[in-house]
Amino acid sequence: MLYREAGQFKASYKADQQIFPIRQDRIAIGLILAFFYLVVPFIADQYWLQAIIIPVLIFSLAAIGLNILTGYAGQLSLGSAAFMAVGAFGAYNFMLRVPGMPILAAFVLGGLCAAAVGILFGLPSLRIKGFYLAVATLAAQFFIVWALTKFGWFSNNSSSGVITAQKVEILGYTFASPRSKYLLTLVVVTLLALAAKNMARSTVGRAWMAVRDMDVAAEVIGIRLMRTKLMAFAMSSFYCGVAGALYAYTYLGTVEPEGFNLDLSFRILFMIIIGGVGTVLGSFLGAAFIVLLPIGLDNLLPVLFGNVLPTGITSNLQLIVFGGLIIFFLIVEPHGLARLWQIGKEKLRLWPFPH
Amino acid sequence: MNFFFEVLIGGLLSGVMYALVALGFVLIYKASGVFNFAQGAMVFFAALTFVSIMELGVPFWPAFALALASMVVLAVVTERVVLRPLVNQPQITLFMATIGLGFLIEGLAQGMWGAAVHGLEIGIVDEPIAWTMDNWGIGVSTFDLFAAGVSAVLVTVLAVFFNKTRVGRALRAVADDHQAALAIGIPLQSIWRIVWAVAGFVALVAGVMWGARNGVQFALTFVALKALPVLIIGGFESVAGAIVGGLIIGASEKIGEVYVGPLVGGGIEGWFAYMVALLFLLVRPEGLFGEKHIDRV
Repeated sequence: MLYREAGQFKASYKADQQIFPIRQDRIAIGLILAFFYLVVPFIADQYWLQAIIIPVLIFSLAAIGLNILTGYAGQLSLGSAAFMAVGAFGAYNFMLRVPGMPILAAFVLGGLCAAAVGILFGLPSLRIKGFYLAVATLAAQFFIVWALTKFGWFSNNSSSGVITAQKVEILGYTFASPRSKYLLTLVVVTLLALAAKNMARSTVGRAWMAVRDMDVAAEVIGIRLMRTKLMAFAMSSFYCGVAGALYAYTYLGTVEPEGFNLDLSFRILFMIIIGGVGTVLGSFLGAAFIVLLPIGLDNLLPVLFGNVLPTGITSNLQLIVFGGLIIFFLIVEPHGLARLWQIGKEKLRLWPFPH
Repeated sequence: MNFFFEVLIGGLLSGVMYALVALGFVLIYKASGVFNFAQGAMVFFAALTFVSIMELGVPFWPAFALALASMVVLAVVTERVVLRPLVNQPQITLFMATIGLGFLIEGLAQGMWGAAVHGLEIGIVDEPIAWTMDNWGIGVSTFDLFAAGVSAVLVTVLAVFFNKTRVGRALRAVADDHQAALAIGIPLQSIWRIVWAVAGFVALVAGVMWGARNGVQFALTFVALKALPVLIIGGFESVAGAIVGGLIIGASEKIGEVYVGPLVGGGIEGWFAYMVALLFLLVRPEGLFGEKHIDRV
């Protein structure tokens, strides 16, 4: 009853092309945004903001980045964490070396650095496909982390490449409290997520999907493969790079190249698989799931077994449960959490009738 | 020049060790089209089970048999719980499932046997052979030679198994075309069980060799990452490719470490193999021995 498009006529091209064509969706998005902008800053305490919500937002952004590449353009990548590292170190160096650099510009420039590196490591995708490409992106993962650790210039010659993020300051206002950092992250993530949603239904997004579904056929109908694939690598890396910059500046404050290791890449990959490949909504759901799962397990296991378990066993149990849940989710819903929402949507449209 | 040859031979022999791990990947990919990222975890699981059973006072061969039995059980359970429900899913889904499986196996192995580092002594000393040292001035490690011998035997056994036995032929049929194989009455599921069990056996051998060299510890799981460049050079579908790829990676890695490493300040072993593999890929996108991929529109 509540969720029905009947009577919502599109009388103009503009109305037909809007980003959320269903009125209820628009209301829901508005409510969700209002909740996160106006309510969450006041009800969430420091722990929730700092340890859960900010990382979820940042990982959502990284997951959107990987989703652009893997979900929309169909190029499997295992190097997303490395592109985050490029973004973080890029932003750091612009802040460090350019006096008076505005922080938001540094984020963008960090993202652009990541995009440039992404194009470089995307070049093999013109020749190779599938798992061969995935393994090739591992080269980016290992090489970038090594280079950032090895060459002191990137981290201003600190030991083992650790960088400490500078103060985040916009127009004289310093973002120091978790609440203000949260809002900054939220603004960046909202803007980029909307941009991604728009991009997915634009010419370039449709070209990506054509390449994903069959690249030879896409080429035949006049899509330039090289441009499209490299564009996907650049965009994806840009998103990952900005996510990396936020990771350094609003989440951790101090990062080292080793923090952006293969494990992180895998976690981002899990996010898009569990959330849903090729959807922006799925990136958020997946990120929330993967960030919350270990925290939930941490809190749940002592409740279930009491505090008698030694820490060694708990960490192994976590590994087992984590691995098991991933397999379980893949079996139960291979299209991810976003698919659940789609199914729910279909059901809601027909409710209360079965057909 | 002697030094160069010593490096080269050392590299080739250590490449054989990579090839051992890569073999496990190839077997599973060939038969089921699954890129099994849990292979590293399987190597760790096998080696840890083996060494823990041995430490209970069981002699070498019975312990080996017990560890092998545990790998077979693992294969059967994996087929039933992971592969069967995921049949007909896209390859990336199966790939993700094997990453999850990897976590599960790692947790299981450490949960059962503890996370301590175990030494493993299989009676082969890791020292240069005196004879080659005296005659050619080239140091060749006994252990490396032994490992090379073991892999040669393993590859021969696998080749015979694949080419001469009934099960082996069925395996190749499944690798060629799942549906055609099903149509002529080859039971897909038991084939998968067998191939995962064989991959478990290969993982056990690789785990014992690597464990004897570096100690049985969690780092064994990263050995799989070393095997990936081997795979992309050799091609995912080729046993011979795994061996040749292993040799190429081993040799170029050692040579790179000695001759290129000092130029950029060392520490290049993490990515050098991948760069070499990338160069090969630019020339041969399916690896040296991979099946040529033909696009039809």
